[in-house]
Amino acid sequence: MAEEKQNTSSAVNDLNRRQFFVKLGLGSLSIAAIGTAVFSYQYLEPNVLFEPSPVVNAGKPDRYPLDSVTLDVNNGIYIIHSQEGYFSLSAVCTHLGCLTAWKPDLGIIACPCHGSKFFVHAEDDHKPGDKIEGPAPKPLPWKRIWLNDDGDLLVDRSTDVPPLARDSFVRV
Amino acid sequence: MAKTVDQFFDEVRETRVWRSIFRSGTGSSTLHRALTIQQNVFLHLLSTKVRTRMLTFSATWYLGTLTLGTFLILVATGIPLMFYYHPSVPQAYADTKDLQFVVSSGLFLRNLHRWSAHAMVFLVFAHMFKVFYRGAYRTPREFNWVIGVVLLLVTLLLSYTGYLLPWDQLAFWAITVGSNIASAVPLIGNKIHFLLLGGNAVNANALLRFYVLHCMILPLTALLFVGVHFWRIRKDGGLYAHSSEPSIVPAQAGEKPTSRNSGETLRPGSGQAWGTPNPSKEAQ
Repeated sequence: MAEEKQNTSSAVNDLNRRQFFVKLGLGSLSIAAIGTAVFSYQYLEPNVLFEPSPVVNAGKPDRYPLDSVTLDVNNGIYIIHSQEGYFSLSAVCTHLGCLTAWKPDLGIIACPCHGSKFFVHAEDDHKPGDKIEGPAPKPLPWKRIWLNDDGDLLVDRSTDVPPLARDSFVRV
Repeated sequence: MAKTVDQFFDEVRETRVWRSIFRSGTGSSTLHRALTIQQNVFLHLLSTKVRTRMLTFSATWYLGTLTLGTFLILVATGIPLMFYYHPSVPQAYADTKDLQFVVSSGLFLRNLHRWSAHAMVFLVFAHMFKVFYRGAYRTPREFNWVIGVVLLLVTLLLSYTGYLLPWDQLAFWAITVGSNIASAVPLIGNKIHFLLLGGNAVNANALLRFYVLHCMILPLTALLFVGVHFWRIRKDGGLYAHSSEPSIVPAQAGEKPTSRNSGETLRPGSGQAWGTPNPSKEAQ
């Protein structure tokens, strides 16, 4: 009789214990799964990038004649020497990242991929970099440009500056 | 001569080694044919019985089977291409040129891989149109349609990732544009772009990532879903038979109507229907 009682109580305990271990197991697996997801994400995100520096040396200013637009194909920027001074526009189309081209006969910048066109010269109603037509959602951004101690023009491709602002030009 | 060859194969089929591998036994009865399918690890995914008219060309245009065929060609040509291709920036383009102009049969393998890839994308779409317009996606086959949509996406991703590997101007700008489309996803778009390329621009990391996706992750995913896709055909009642489709082969005129082709006119007369095996053959 006493033995039977012990059996039933241990059966009840077994059930509880099983539920406990199921919960413990599932909980541990969930934590492990979340950890795996986090570590996988971190693993796939490179910590060090072997990419070219965003700061580009564009050489001496006298390389760029007055009223000229020069495309640096390798670095994806324009160096423009206007009456107000030197400034730099990104040459990467804001639509899907194609390299745009300067069209001297039309006096505009045009993208070969999907036909976006951009102004280069400032007028009353538009600034250099503004879109004329096409799918590009934003104007071509202006890039920070300055002279280093050697008298070379440097452009920081990672820094956008406001169009036509005083500091967005280099005057020599 | 022919008889002796037949006798030879009959003897081989009776040997202990053969019987240990193929346990369904010899004979051409319906039962043995069914067992041959059912007891083979590769064939058991398929239905043991198929309506003859479902095997006629006009029923499916063989579009699903042809898609599998192009996939198998792509695997068979892609693996040899991997022996000569290095997924690195200095070598990728030169290796592609070598495959075309230096390696024996390299041009054939590469072109076969390329044309099969184009054909597979076309066939997947054609297969889905055929399934859609026949209504073959309906109950109980809804889930197999969903698996098919996954396979469509895997096919397109395989095509897209393979596009970068020649590492020429076309590849570079196509992947630049394509990965920028990915960054249009709200909120996490730029993260997806960064993780996909392993950087901010299409570069060495992007080439390696696309190579691993193209040669390992996506083919294995495709294989997994193709397996489930075929298995589901059997589990969902076999290939889809539309009630309004007439039975094509005259010998099939006596086919018994089932739940899925009950609209079909049953013509009296001779004709061996599937599912009612010839008793004399069955007895063997």
